[in-house]
Amino acid sequence: MNKTWNNKAWFMVLPVLLLVAFSAVIPLMTVVNYSVQDTFGNNQFFWNGVSWFSDVLESDRFWQALGRTLLFSGIILTIQIPLGILIALNMPKKGLGVPVCLVLMALPLLIPWNVVGTIWQVFGRVDIGLLGRTLDALGISYNYVNNVFDAWMTLIVMDVWHWTSLVVLLCYAGLVSIPEAYYQAAKIDGASRWAVFRYIQLPKMKRVLLIAFLLRFMDSFMIYTEPFVVTGGGPGNSTTFLSIDLVKMAIGQFDLGPAAAMSIIYFLIILLLSWIFYTVMTSSDEQA
Amino acid sequence: MARITLDHIRHAYGEKPKSEADYSLKEVHHEWNDGGAYALLGPSGCGKTTLLNIISGLLQPSEGRILFDGKDVTYLSTQQRNIAQVFQFPVIYDTMTVYDNLAFPLRNRGVAEPEVDRRVREILEMIDLAGWAKKTARGLTADQKQKISLGRGLVRNDVNAILFDEPLTVIDPHMKWVLRSQLKKLHRQFGFTMVYVTHDQTEALTFADKVVVMYDGQIVQIGTPAELFEKPKHTFVGYFIGSPGMNVLPAAIDGSSVTVGGETLTLDYRPAVSAGAKTELGIRPEFIALSHEGMPVSISKVEDIGRQKIVRAEFAGKPIAIVVPEDGEIPAEPRITFDPAAINIYADSWRVGREG
Repeated sequence: MNKTWNNKAWFMVLPVLLLVAFSAVIPLMTVVNYSVQDTFGNNQFFWNGVSWFSDVLESDRFWQALGRTLLFSGIILTIQIPLGILIALNMPKKGLGVPVCLVLMALPLLIPWNVVGTIWQVFGRVDIGLLGRTLDALGISYNYVNNVFDAWMTLIVMDVWHWTSLVVLLCYAGLVSIPEAYYQAAKIDGASRWAVFRYIQLPKMKRVLLIAFLLRFMDSFMIYTEPFVVTGGGPGNSTTFLSIDLVKMAIGQFDLGPAAAMSIIYFLIILLLSWIFYTVMTSSDEQA
Repeated sequence: MARITLDHIRHAYGEKPKSEADYSLKEVHHEWNDGGAYALLGPSGCGKTTLLNIISGLLQPSEGRILFDGKDVTYLSTQQRNIAQVFQFPVIYDTMTVYDNLAFPLRNRGVAEPEVDRRVREILEMIDLAGWAKKTARGLTADQKQKISLGRGLVRNDVNAILFDEPLTVIDPHMKWVLRSQLKKLHRQFGFTMVYVTHDQTEALTFADKVVVMYDGQIVQIGTPAELFEKPKHTFVGYFIGSPGMNVLPAAIDGSSVTVGGETLTLDYRPAVSAGAKTELGIRPEFIALSHEGMPVSISKVEDIGRQKIVRAEFAGKPIAIVVPEDGEIPAEPRITFDPAAINIYADSWRVGREG
């Protein structure tokens, strides 16, 4: 084969390169810049090596926040993925029910995140909130402001309410793409409802589930706005996730160096975990 | 294995059919003999698949009953009817191995594992995939996948009938022939009642003892391949079966004489034609002799297809096809004669017999 070499082709990539540079690389580099330097004001910076990184990695505060974030993501995924599949399986496949269900499902996704937080913040208040008052009237002690368990429950229920729809819509898209012949063949083969799910629906949903899983993992791992509005990281530090901690450190305490180091560690964790999930979940494909 | 009776079956996909045209499947009243091999032949959209799905129970007919060996199964599910069906496009469970795919229908029915193993190995041999048993079904070619679909249909030996819905569409021509012969062999060996849907006449004629020709939602003729060829009941059967199809020419009938293109032929019987019907004469290209005698035609094209030649000509302003043997001569002033025994008379597209 004869290939034509022409170095001018690089000019073709230049616009994208510039765009990515301005939108991602340069902002990221400022963070990298802060993470390896220290300042005593006056815009004077000193080389500080990796000591911010080791400070962050040696602090209990970081590991506790990381633990809380992982726990939150874990709970969210365990609830939302099965629940999303279950709802998608029970959604109508044709008729008037389809648009109705789709719109209902899409509604929570359309609400701005801080509004979602505000809705639940008010909803759960013991003095005026519908949920808070109802639970109180039922004799159930509930107060997300000073009870750690209640605060977590509120955040989890809120996130399930907000984001399960995404899993539902993705799974539903996967389900409707299965040709009718598969269900007919399964009937002929005498397959049970479980067998149909296990051998037809689940394999066909696998790819969209991977996307749903990754999106839900990344979003829940980076959750900031809603807990910030509802609990503000409290009671105590019990709902201080990595993102909230990071903002406290950067904006609250103005510790730019450690905050920058933490940002980079945070970013690398997400990248690493996403890569692991992706590799594990697609590895079975490559064998075939 | 069972005798299948279709008792005044009609089906409309829409609700509340008003006119005859709303029915995708017009009234079918017919019996399929136990152990017969039937082909449902017809163009796309003629209702073949609808009829097949009604037999298998994937579809409930709007009207009528289905009986297996005299027992009403109209409201029974596919599983209860114990039917095997193979679809047009291969359906495989792609996370399972080839072996598990074939074992699936048996395991679902709680067949004991040693019996499953025996049946599956037998089928694996039959469909020539023995070496692939442990492989995942995902990476297979289209015809291997379809062989698995076929295999899943054949693996159960107690089925009432096996239904095939154009199963060889995705298979390449050579493999088609091999699989068709295997199916025929299986049929002889086990005597399943087999119903085979196709739009390919060669497939239908080689597979089946009886061919059911469907057109526009109704069965137009049920017969052996020879009957379909010699005495097509409807002009559609004439067109559809045979290559090239039957020549159908407008004709005027008066007693036993037929006038076509200004020439009058005399039949040895009087066709029972009612007044006002649109009358036509049908003659297969194979039964037209091209020589110096008879009715004049003008030849427009000669197609050499190997063992014979197809002459495309014009007769009395209408196109006509004539089959001439390979060494047959094509005269300069061509004239044709019809074999009187091979002439069929049609009134309003339906074949008419002798009067009285």
